[in-house]
Amino acid sequence: MVYLDHAATTPMLSAVAARMSEVQRDPLVGNPSSLHAAGRRARRIVEESREQVAAAFGAHPSEVLFTSGGTESNNLAIAGLYRARRAADPVRRRILVSPVEHHAVLDVVESLARTEGAELDWLPIDPAGRVLPEGFAAALQRDPQGVALATVMTANNELGTRTAIRELAHLAAEAGVPLHTDAAQAAPVLPIDFGADGASAVSITGHKLGGPGGTGILLLRRDVALTPWLHGGGQERGLRSGTLDTAGISGLAVAASDAQVQRADRAARLTALREQLATGVLVALPDAIRTVGPDVPQLPGILHLRFPGAEAETLLMLLDRAEVQCSAGAACSAGVTRASHVLLALGLDEDAARSGLRFSLGHTSTAADVAAAVAAVPEAVARARAAARPSPVGVR
Amino acid sequence: MRVLAAMSGGVDSAVAAALAVDAGHDVTGVHLALSRQPGTLRTGSRGCCTVEDAFDARRVSDLLEIPYYVWDFSAEFARDVVDDFLAEYRAGRTPNPCLRCNEKIKFEALLDRAIALGFDAVVTGHHVGLVDGILQRSVDPAKDQSYVLAVLTPQQLAHTMFPLGQMTKTQVRAEAGRRGFAVAAKPDSYDICFIPDGDTRGYLTEKLGQAPGPLVDADTGEQIGTHQGHFGFTIGQRKGLGIDHPAADGRPRFVLGIEPVSGTVTVGGQQHLDIIRIEAGHRIVFSSGRMPDFPLRARAQVRAHGAAVPVRVELIDEVLQVTFDEPVQGIAPGQSVVLYDESDTYVIGAATITASVSAAGASV
Repeated sequence: MVYLDHAATTPMLSAVAARMSEVQRDPLVGNPSSLHAAGRRARRIVEESREQVAAAFGAHPSEVLFTSGGTESNNLAIAGLYRARRAADPVRRRILVSPVEHHAVLDVVESLARTEGAELDWLPIDPAGRVLPEGFAAALQRDPQGVALATVMTANNELGTRTAIRELAHLAAEAGVPLHTDAAQAAPVLPIDFGADGASAVSITGHKLGGPGGTGILLLRRDVALTPWLHGGGQERGLRSGTLDTAGISGLAVAASDAQVQRADRAARLTALREQLATGVLVALPDAIRTVGPDVPQLPGILHLRFPGAEAETLLMLLDRAEVQCSAGAACSAGVTRASHVLLALGLDEDAARSGLRFSLGHTSTAADVAAAVAAVPEAVARARAAARPSPVGVR
Repeated sequence: MRVLAAMSGGVDSAVAAALAVDAGHDVTGVHLALSRQPGTLRTGSRGCCTVEDAFDARRVSDLLEIPYYVWDFSAEFARDVVDDFLAEYRAGRTPNPCLRCNEKIKFEALLDRAIALGFDAVVTGHHVGLVDGILQRSVDPAKDQSYVLAVLTPQQLAHTMFPLGQMTKTQVRAEAGRRGFAVAAKPDSYDICFIPDGDTRGYLTEKLGQAPGPLVDADTGEQIGTHQGHFGFTIGQRKGLGIDHPAADGRPRFVLGIEPVSGTVTVGGQQHLDIIRIEAGHRIVFSSGRMPDFPLRARAQVRAHGAAVPVRVELIDEVLQVTFDEPVQGIAPGQSVVLYDESDTYVIGAATITASVSAAGASV
């Protein structure tokens, strides 16, 4: 079985499982909000975990909020910043956002536009799917007073391309606008230095670090106002109520520390594997298209390829049968593969946007995995092309 | 064999897939998404179209430990079933969209794709038998679906498996229950899946608009009223004609004919509905692949839930001439006639009705 879908989720690190099991089996770990010994014991685990996470991402421990995952972190940051900024000054209605964000960002801003008067200002992207500083600066300068916030991902989850987030943060800070960035894909492999990078808020998810599912982080500067939407016990600076998942947080901290220690070596190793995969497939299939060329700054583990004349949904099934697992982008709730909004935003047509596969490498990937994928892809593509249906005229 | 199981999310296709696994085949489950807006189509065992149905099919696949995928056939469904349905009504005919869906989606688009992807056959949960390439009536007469599958060609049938032909619906549900399928008690659906509220006439009016035309008495030729669209009528329909004065003989009147160009709907007494002969010249299929010897004694069925009645069949100039021993009522051009053997156990062939002749001599 060849697992090349680490950008979807990556296997849990054994050190994470061991630490969580230790905490879960400990009968003396109580509710971290309790004042007795069991509560203090749990609280200590949570706060030491917070310090570990802060160290891994260049943040102060007080800037670390624990959430249930990347989706919650994005929702909390974007809706919370929007509401707080508008409450302070009602003219702030604009949200600067890139069209290639994950749906956990896009659907939040679109909801705010529908129900809370937000005006969405779609940032221009270059052919690799990046928001460039010039386009960002121009959007800010159109009406800086009217901007509630900007949100631009650190690295794209389908293409792997990296944004120059430090430059965007600098521009946003000059304009007095908070910048949120979704770093779910970047956090496992890129050095994230929250203090130096300058964003106001950063979303990170546990399971992509090799941590437990259902855990997430929002890094949030102390001087940024945020309106909470989960109310209750007042945990996490009063911004995210709810009893903390002590075991999950302890596992998340182990995963964050692992990323801190391993990411430089891992990035070098995954980059080499990615280039082997790209070269192997492109030699066998010269008409395949690498969506992001090797010279564009990108995540080490993601390779996006398009196979003209083949449908990604078919390729996925054929590769699954050949025991190679990868991704064809988004699927709807019923399970239908959709044309990728990221590829459509790049200007590709519907057929091209349905012909792409994302291969993503991670901590368990090996050269043997790459060799197996290189061996399996050409036959799958040939078969998928033979089975391709003509696009029905006038329906799509 | 490598087999693709078409899984609607209902109990029949679940058990069919299970039987294919039991038979030792290498089975892959596929659910067809037929709408671009999941949730807009009716749920139910044949609903095929909702998030819940896709979920139900997935859970059965989990239990069978077979791979499972959702394939998007919404474009083909819109073009070959929904658009065709509207075009047929617009032309004054009465189509059967479930038959069309079998013909164009399940056993053409899906089967073609399955073969291209290296599968040997498609297995479905239809209540029909298949013995030596010949379609057989289901042992459950109330659930028999041979009428809507009789349009399949021998080439299509050669790559098809129908494991449920020897099981009653009750037995299928019991088998699903024994296997722990959550869909064991899922209700059947009867209506057209893309008309969620079951109001076919309202749907047609919405899609085709109003097209007023004359209501004409067959005997006198006199216009006796105006209607809002010929597609709202079916041959043999009695209610809802909107005629305010009674016929001269005081007897009820029925829709006898629909002429789409002028929008004329002809009405008249029941005697005109007694059809003694039909012609069927479109889409003639002989399920064995060989033309039988004509003239031929057989049984003919003209609607999905009707009985098969004794007939004599001839083939003249590529058109089937089907003469009923006893007159039958309410036959509309566009419907399929399916011919069965005299003992009413297997399918001989099928064709689309193009004309009918009544006992009163009127030809429609």
